[in-house]
Amino acid sequence: MREIIIMILATIGVMFIFSTSLAMLRKPDVYLRISVTSKASTLGVGLILFATAIFFNEYSVTTRAIAVILFVFLTVPIGSHMLARAAYFTKTPIWKGTEIDELQGQYDPETHELYSEKNNTSIKPEKTDKPS
Amino acid sequence: MSLQEYFHFIIIPLLGISVILVFIRFVKGPSLADRVIALDMLILISICIIAVYSITFNQSTFLDIAMLFALIAFLSTTAYAFYLEKRERK
Repeated sequence: MREIIIMILATIGVMFIFSTSLAMLRKPDVYLRISVTSKASTLGVGLILFATAIFFNEYSVTTRAIAVILFVFLTVPIGSHMLARAAYFTKTPIWKGTEIDELQGQYDPETHELYSEKNNTSIKPEKTDKPS
Repeated sequence: MSLQEYFHFIIIPLLGISVILVFIRFVKGPSLADRVIALDMLILISICIIAVYSITFNQSTFLDIAMLFALIAFLSTTAYAFYLEKRERK
């Protein structure tokens, strides 16, 4: 019974990891890739480590697995957000199918401050239709 | 099929294929942010591989390395993002 639960958890986690890596290859844009990685891979890693915790069934292993899960859940969104922000400042091109870009012209190019009212600064990445 | 066989013949090959797919993006990536996010993804997949190996070989000591890898992934991503933004500023 416990083996079946471990198999199911690991299989779901591996499917999430596999779909994430497939999306890394297929998505047309940096921002979409960052979005996919920060969501799906977190769930995949969490499920596989949870399967490890169930398999060993000891206090020490469970504590380690929960520590890794908590750390990944806390840090992966922070890292992805910082990376997406840096990519926006370096004017990485946006996919042409993007409908709304509300950050367009809202960042100060000198101080990197975000304005809340409507502005027209120089930080606006152009759209490309070139598949990468 | 026992648990060890299932992990060895189905889970590990799927993880290996994902490593290859992410590595293609790492080599191809048009911008620097692409390469950094591919590197982050590679480290996350290696955490999964370590967890699966600790199940197949019944050795719980490998999980310490997984914790270390999570720390390194966060530090490298944050440092790359920081310096990418800093390089643009001047």
